[in-house]
Amino acid sequence: MVDTQRKLLLGNLACVHGAIYAGMRFFAGYPITPSTEVAEGCSRELPRIGGRFIQMEDEIGSIGAVVGASVSGVKAMTATSGPGYSLMVENIGYAYMTETPCVIINVQRGGPSTGLPTKGSQSDTMQARWGPHGDYTAIAVAPSTVGDTVTETIRAFNLAERFRTPVTILLDEVISHQREMISLPKPGEHQVVDRVKPTASPEEFEPFAHTAGGVSPMPAYGEGYRYVITGLTHDAMGFTTNRPDEIKLKLDKLRNKILNFKSEITKLRIEMMDDAEIAFVSYGSVSRAVLLAVALARKAGVKVGMIQLYTVWPFPDEELRDYLVGCHKVIVPELNMGQVVREVGRILPPDTEIHSLLRYDGEILTPMQLLEKLEEVM
Amino acid sequence: MTTAEKTKAAPRQRSDVILNYLRPKKKFPNVWCAGCGNGIVMSAIVRAIDKLALSKDEVAMVSGIGCSSRMPIYLDFNALHTTHGRALPFATGIKFAQPHMKVIVITGDGDALAIGGNHFIHACRRNIDITAILVNNYIYGMTGGQGSPTTPTAAFSTTTPYGNAEKHFDPCKLAEAAGASYVARATVYHAPQLEKAIMQAVDHRGFSLVEVISNCHTYFGRLNRLGDAVSMLKEYKEKSVTVARAKRMSPEELKDKHVIGTLYEDDKTEFCDEYQKIVDAQMGEK
Repeated sequence: MVDTQRKLLLGNLACVHGAIYAGMRFFAGYPITPSTEVAEGCSRELPRIGGRFIQMEDEIGSIGAVVGASVSGVKAMTATSGPGYSLMVENIGYAYMTETPCVIINVQRGGPSTGLPTKGSQSDTMQARWGPHGDYTAIAVAPSTVGDTVTETIRAFNLAERFRTPVTILLDEVISHQREMISLPKPGEHQVVDRVKPTASPEEFEPFAHTAGGVSPMPAYGEGYRYVITGLTHDAMGFTTNRPDEIKLKLDKLRNKILNFKSEITKLRIEMMDDAEIAFVSYGSVSRAVLLAVALARKAGVKVGMIQLYTVWPFPDEELRDYLVGCHKVIVPELNMGQVVREVGRILPPDTEIHSLLRYDGEILTPMQLLEKLEEVM
Repeated sequence: MTTAEKTKAAPRQRSDVILNYLRPKKKFPNVWCAGCGNGIVMSAIVRAIDKLALSKDEVAMVSGIGCSSRMPIYLDFNALHTTHGRALPFATGIKFAQPHMKVIVITGDGDALAIGGNHFIHACRRNIDITAILVNNYIYGMTGGQGSPTTPTAAFSTTTPYGNAEKHFDPCKLAEAAGASYVARATVYHAPQLEKAIMQAVDHRGFSLVEVISNCHTYFGRLNRLGDAVSMLKEYKEKSVTVARAKRMSPEELKDKHVIGTLYEDDKTEFCDEYQKIVDAQMGEK
């Protein structure tokens, strides 16, 4: 189904294309607006390529089945929205602890609770970082167009496999239900990463070995390694432990395997930042309006630029700081009550002004609103 | 004398069978109380798998949270010790992704029927080829003896200090009604029958449930004055009747009895097989 044809594609179906391109062959999910077309697309496409689709009894079961498929060596994903993600966090936490690669698509809608099923939002940004209880480091990516959604889904799978970790795709209703004309990637156009398999014999194999890169090779069930996977804190052999030194090693591993390789994970889009005195920092669908607003402001002679975060988590502290060095004012527009603005504020020098432009009434931020804000802070 | 030498010297003894399936590098002892029924269940599983001559690599043992759910950690199979109540969805993922695997779920009454109740009925409904071994000790053991969905009415637990006001589930009836295609019951007193039930369940194509009535003398026994492990096992002996005998007994006579043996079996189609037909048809069409 991956071809070079130009295609008018729905955002939610772009996820399906990207995931299949990346090698996804297992989907488990539960219907929820506005993500349902992802499941529907998978139910159509997966049997045609020998894959598996299952509609589970709830979201808790969906992410459970995804982890089960992944430990069986099959690339797996699920798709949901905020209320479903809330149910999934238990087993997403299990995937962090057991270092199981998988992808979770959160097509965000307004909340809390059942909230606004058909309205876009970016209010689960912090949930993608802090959803499950306990200490761990999360990876989350945020596309802003239908085309982005294909490539960011491929990237999400690659990061999940590379770092043996769940990766959340922060989509929102705006992109998920948008149709755009895009070129589907050709085979070979994007790199596809697969998890590293062990070379050690089963007798010498340590399933959660502390390697230089922090990531332990991962065999599939049935390949002769017969190891233990548990959500209890475990040692390098996968056995439960209460030893302080082993507990610390495990938690350090969960953090360091990601933070020590942040440059491989961070992806930013930089527009007109060379001489910019004011910068927008945005992510997700809002970036579309920012791009137009910045272009219009530039025409009027305003030295403004934009930085779009394709990687929201881990937060790109150092890279962002470097790009913002010459700016004395930063505007962070978001479809929530202020989540990423706190992260940006945390990394800015004290003399840089930070402004928030927030919308959480179910409507999108328009280029005009962004220009008004720009004028206000100038 | 090492295990290997023993094996060479004589025909394999029962204890050697068990040793052969214990995880070689695991640090023992286990978490179970002395006299716990879980040991009997574990050895019955191992003997059943040994008799079925399954390769260890093709067995995935999945569990949730609770005393019995620690079992996969001790045995030399592909082990997935998951979250409370969720073993069946994880097992579904393994089985559906690799239908040639033999997937066995170890669960307890709280794990399968309270927090995991929804997953339990839907796994039955799908008739996915998974064997669930439900160790029913009528109580939450690991957390210290709280009431569970199988705690009998009026029974004592640490959260029913004045007697249980609730009704309890019959896991076998629940499984049958929800669509499981093999349902059996045994007690830890009836170890050979338990072994046979597990063999049949694992061999059966479709969702199979083996309910094992097991003693938690530490909590359920103590709080309900049922005595030690031995007296609880004796009670299982006295209170159990076979399916054949139960057919000749009145509902009144069957009150408080454990009916043991194969309670239900059919040959309805299995989920992974049916899905494979869809895959074959769709791939053929391309």
